[in-house]
Amino acid sequence: MQHTNRERAAWSIGILVVLFYALIPVAWIAAISLKTPEQVADRKFYSGFHLDNYEVIFKDDMFIAALINSIGIAAIATLISIVLAAMTAYATSRLNFAGKTVILSGALAVAMFPPISIVGSLFDMWRAVGLYDTWPGLIIPYMTFTLPLAIYTLSAFFREIPWELEQAAQVDGATPFQAFTKVIVPLAAPGVFTAAILVFIFAWNDFIFANTLTSTDNARTVPAALAFFTGASQFEQPIGAIAAAAVVVTVPIIIMVLIFQRRIVAGLTAGAVKG
Amino acid sequence: MAQITLDGVTKRYPDGYEAVSDMSLEIQDGEFVILVGPSGCGKSTALRMIAGLEDISDGELRIGGDVVNDKAPKDRDIAMVFQNYALYPHMSVRDNMGFALKLRGLDKAEIDKKVEEAARILDLQQHLDRKPAQLSGGQRQRVAMGRAIVRDPAAFLMDEPLSNLDAKLRVQMRTEVSRIQNDLGTTTVYVTHDQTEAMTLGDRVAVMRAGRLQQVGAPMELYNNPVNLFVAGFIGSPAMNFMPATIEGDTVRLPIGEVPLPDEVRGRLGDSGGKQLIAGIRPESFEDASVVSEDVKRRGATFRARIDVVESMGSELYAHFRVESDQDIESQELRELAEDAGGGEVPSSGEAGQIVARLDPESQVQEGQESELWVDADRLHLFDPDDGRNLTASENAPAATGAGGDERPGA
Repeated sequence: MQHTNRERAAWSIGILVVLFYALIPVAWIAAISLKTPEQVADRKFYSGFHLDNYEVIFKDDMFIAALINSIGIAAIATLISIVLAAMTAYATSRLNFAGKTVILSGALAVAMFPPISIVGSLFDMWRAVGLYDTWPGLIIPYMTFTLPLAIYTLSAFFREIPWELEQAAQVDGATPFQAFTKVIVPLAAPGVFTAAILVFIFAWNDFIFANTLTSTDNARTVPAALAFFTGASQFEQPIGAIAAAAVVVTVPIIIMVLIFQRRIVAGLTAGAVKG
Repeated sequence: MAQITLDGVTKRYPDGYEAVSDMSLEIQDGEFVILVGPSGCGKSTALRMIAGLEDISDGELRIGGDVVNDKAPKDRDIAMVFQNYALYPHMSVRDNMGFALKLRGLDKAEIDKKVEEAARILDLQQHLDRKPAQLSGGQRQRVAMGRAIVRDPAAFLMDEPLSNLDAKLRVQMRTEVSRIQNDLGTTTVYVTHDQTEAMTLGDRVAVMRAGRLQQVGAPMELYNNPVNLFVAGFIGSPAMNFMPATIEGDTVRLPIGEVPLPDEVRGRLGDSGGKQLIAGIRPESFEDASVVSEDVKRRGATFRARIDVVESMGSELYAHFRVESDQDIESQELRELAEDAGGGEVPSSGEAGQIVARLDPESQVQEGQESELWVDADRLHLFDPDDGRNLTASENAPAATGAGGDERPGA
C-alpha cells in the first residue's frame, strides 16, 4: 500500500509522541543516575557524566547479592514455569481428558487473585515451613502467578501446529515425548519465548513478594533491595544510587527482550504443510 | 516388505457411528492397492488404522503376519505420506528425510548415505540443505516421498499424496509414484478420491462407500464388471450414463428406444421381466451409427438424438444429448454419486437426463442437429434399483458387496 507524504508525516509525529511519552521517565532516571549527590537537586537534566553512583552500588554487597538473587530466582522461575506450562498446554490443546476445563479455569482463577491478597498468609506459611527468605520461597509464588499466562500463551501456539506433524513423527518412529520435544516445541519456539519473557519480567519486576517474603541478602531481589538503599554516607539522600540501581536492573530486561524478540518471528511453521 | 491383512476391521466412534464397517482386505507383499471412494467413505480412516493413528474398534489387523492392533505407529514399521506432506518446517530436507533413521539410532554416515540415495532417486540432491518453506509444492511432495523411502519400511501408506498439486504436476508425480513403487517393490496402500489415479496406479483397486468395501479388483475388472451401481458410477471418466429400463421379453426398453438383449445377458438376468431397472451405459458404448459396420450394428440398436454439445478432444469426441423419460429412477447410490460429483447429472424423477457419448473422431455429428447413434447392447449394464446390484455382472466377479449403511459426511 502506498502512503502519501501527509500520512507518513502524521505517522512519524504520532510515533515520536508515543516514544517521547514512553521513554522520558527512563531518560530521566538515567540522567539522575549520572549526577553526583550534590547535583541531584540542581534542576538541570544533564550536569555532566559522573559514574559515582554506579561505583557506589557495585561496591555495595547488598546490591550485588540482590542482583544475583534476582537473576537466579527469575531464571529458575522462568525455566520451571515454561517446562511445566509447555507440557500442560500440550496436553490441554491435544488431548481430551476428564477435568481439562477444571485445570484451565482453575489456572485462570489463580491468576486473577491480586498478589497482595495472598502475601500475608504466604508470609505465615513460609515461616512455618521454612521457606521464608529462601529462593524457593519466591520461585513458588512467581510460578503460581505466571503459569496460567504461560499455559494460555503456549496453548494458542500449540493449537496452530498441524496435527499431521506429530503423526508424521510418530509414524517416523518417535515416541509421543520425542514428537513433543523434537517437533512440537521447536515449532512453538515463538510461543515459548513469548511466554518466557512474560514470566521473566513478572519475576524480575515483582516487589510485593520480594519485599514481604525476604529479610536478608539470602533471597532479597533488586526491587526489594532498592528500598533498603542508603547513600554513600548515612546523611546523604540515596536518590542517585537508587536511580543507578534502577538503570542496572532495567538492562537485563532489555537484553532479554532483544535476544528473544529475534526468535519471536511469525511464520516459523511456514512450509510444513501446503498453505 | 510385508503382507497387510485387514480382517473384519471396524472403526466405531463413541456415538455409535461406524466410519469403517467390517472391512476385510488382503494386501499381498509388494502389491499396490488403492482405496478409493467419495469423501466421507472411510478410506482415510481405514488407512490411518493401518498406520496406527486411529484405534481399531473391532477386527484384526496383521502386518507381515503379526497382529498389530495394539502396536504404536512407531512399532509397525510403516511409512506414511500425508496429504499436506507434514514436513518438519524447522528441519532441512536432509534432516526431514533422516529424522526416522536418527530416531532409530543409526550412525551419521549411514543416515547420510541413505538420504543421498533417496535424494538421487527423487532428484532432490541440490535441495538437501534447504528448508521446506523454500521448496515448491512438487519438491515438498517429493521430500515427503523421500522421507518414506529412506526408511525402507514394510509398507508405504499414502493419503491422497497428490491432491495438493496442480493438474500437470499431478500427472507427472503419478507416473513418478508408480515408477518408485515398481522399483522398490514395497507394499503400498494409497488413498485417493480421484478415480483416474485409482485406475492408473493400482494393481488392485478397492472401492469404498459409507464405510463399506464395495468391490476389490484390478482396475479393468472394476470398469468392465462393476458389482453395483455405485462402483459403476464411480469408476470411469466421463462417468457411466444411467437411465430407467424395463425388460420386455428379449428386449430392454430404454428412453432412447428398444435394445435387444444378448443371450448371455438375458441368461444372467433371470426373472426380471416387467420390473423397473436402471440401465448403465458407458460413454464409449455409444457410437456414431454411420461409422459402425452393419455386422457390428446388429449387436445393438440405433436411435436418433439431438446433440446439444460436441466436445472434440482430438483423439476422441464427446457428444452430449438429453433423453426424455416418463419413468422414475430412484436409488440411494445414484443420489450419493450425484452429490459427490457436485450434483444433478443423474436423471431422476422423470427429468430429462444428460447423456455423454464418446464417439469416433471421424464422426460428423453437429451441435444442435439430430444424429443417428448406435448403442452396444453387449456392453449394457442393468442394475436393481433397490440394492444397486449389477444384474448383468459376470458370475466370477469377486464381490465384496454390502449396500446400505448410514451416510454421514466429513468422517
